[in-house]
Amino acid sequence: MTALLHVNGVHKAFGTNPVLRGLEVSLEPHEVVALIGSSGSGKSTLLRCVNGLESIDAGRIMLGDVEVSALDADLDVVRRRVGIVFQAYNLFPHMSVLANVTLAPIRVLRHSRKQAEGASLELLARLGLAEKARQYPDQLSGGQQQRVAIARALAMQPELLLLDEVTSALDPELVGEVLDVIRDLKAGGMTILMATHEMAFAREVADRVCFLDRGRVLESGPPGEIFENPAEPRTREFLDRFLSG
Amino acid sequence: MSASGDLIEGDPPYIDPVRAAALHRRSLRSSVVATVSTVVFLIAVGFATVNAPGWASVRYWFFNGSAFRASVGSVASAFLLNVKIFLVAEVFILVLSLVVALIRVSTAPVLMPLRFVATVFTDVFRGTPTLLVVYLLGFGMPALQIKGLPNDPVIWGTIALVLSYTAYVAEVFRAGIRSIHPSQRAAARSLGLNVSQTMRFVVLPQAVRRIAPPLLNDFVSLQKDTALVSVLGPIEALRAAEIYSASKFNYTAIVVAALLFIAVTIPLARFTDWLSDRQERRDRGTAR
Repeated sequence: MTALLHVNGVHKAFGTNPVLRGLEVSLEPHEVVALIGSSGSGKSTLLRCVNGLESIDAGRIMLGDVEVSALDADLDVVRRRVGIVFQAYNLFPHMSVLANVTLAPIRVLRHSRKQAEGASLELLARLGLAEKARQYPDQLSGGQQQRVAIARALAMQPELLLLDEVTSALDPELVGEVLDVIRDLKAGGMTILMATHEMAFAREVADRVCFLDRGRVLESGPPGEIFENPAEPRTREFLDRFLSG
Repeated sequence: MSASGDLIEGDPPYIDPVRAAALHRRSLRSSVVATVSTVVFLIAVGFATVNAPGWASVRYWFFNGSAFRASVGSVASAFLLNVKIFLVAEVFILVLSLVVALIRVSTAPVLMPLRFVATVFTDVFRGTPTLLVVYLLGFGMPALQIKGLPNDPVIWGTIALVLSYTAYVAEVFRAGIRSIHPSQRAAARSLGLNVSQTMRFVVLPQAVRRIAPPLLNDFVSLQKDTALVSVLGPIEALRAAEIYSASKFNYTAIVVAALLFIAVTIPLARFTDWLSDRQERRDRGTAR
């Protein structure tokens, strides 16, 4: 089987501060991989590099047989195939929920308004947001906004979905509704690479967990193994700190 | 009073009657104080003016009833020229300033020469007093005697206003564009929108909403600066008033012109206020 995403020896620094240092990770189609690790370990940066929001300094990122990291890569094309959902939702505040979701299908995929709205309403209904379509982002709760952001990314029918700590900005009581959506996506066969601090959730839905430490994947494996019996002392230390705190 | 009981959807909010009465008294007192102080202030100003030693002659020279009636017709019809200049200039300013702003925020290397020109343009026209630009273009351009160039001072005056205000308004646009958080751009780009689609559908609509009040403020200012064209000779309101004053030795016509300018700027000023208020309510998330 050929990997859908292959990140190979990627380096990335912000100024003099190296964030990714020879990072390796790959995803098979339909695989859900959780990135865990402390703040600053490079989780978000990796996700932003994968869809070209950040350029890399060295290494290669392959999406199927297209090199995302090529200097002449057409990032607009790459981004049509990779969806990303941000911690702070980043919805467009001047547009209704429906307009947020249909913007890219209409402008990028050149779907007709009618076609795009039909598909988006269906998508919103699936995410339990049918009656919110005509409302504006600031009229919604955080959990609803984040579900709209997921719908917006899904509307482009991406092959790969990147989730950047999508529940970190939410009140605890709103986290569940967003995690439910992700569970459904996995059940539907979506390939997902997610940075998360929700250890229990990572353990439940991820096929594989990668522990990032100082810009590298220090350890990776099935969730049971990583959480129960980590090989690396630093992984154990992180989990102890995280699960006890 | 009971704090318990089932919560019913649509229950009216409960306000302690004692607090409500106190709040009502307080707001009533505020209104009374505001009204009384305003009336007292106006009476004081009026009294001081009317009792000034020179009031009788000022009233004759500036607030002369018969001169008012005699001049209002010619000043008002000349004022139509100001309105025309304003309306034409406004359209050009909006379009050109947006173009200048977009050039200045662009990053494409090939646009570097344009960025340079746009920067010099804003520096020069923002730094030069509008009156000087009016003089230079209004007298200088026709003097070049280039075939095909218009000689009409109204046209050159309008062009001068357009150049001067475009430089200002372009900076307002640019500030608005830069005020939109980069995460909005990232979200749009991540969906596959290209740079210009991101600008058109995501950044600009938000920027324009944000800058509408300062933009309208500049247009209020433009409305009265149309009077600067008078130095080139065309008979607009200020010029007409001056002509009347000079021939009749009475300045009431100038007060007439002032009143006309105030009359057209007030609606725009109130509209600007209304827009800023709405913006503020919206930013607090209590209205759409």
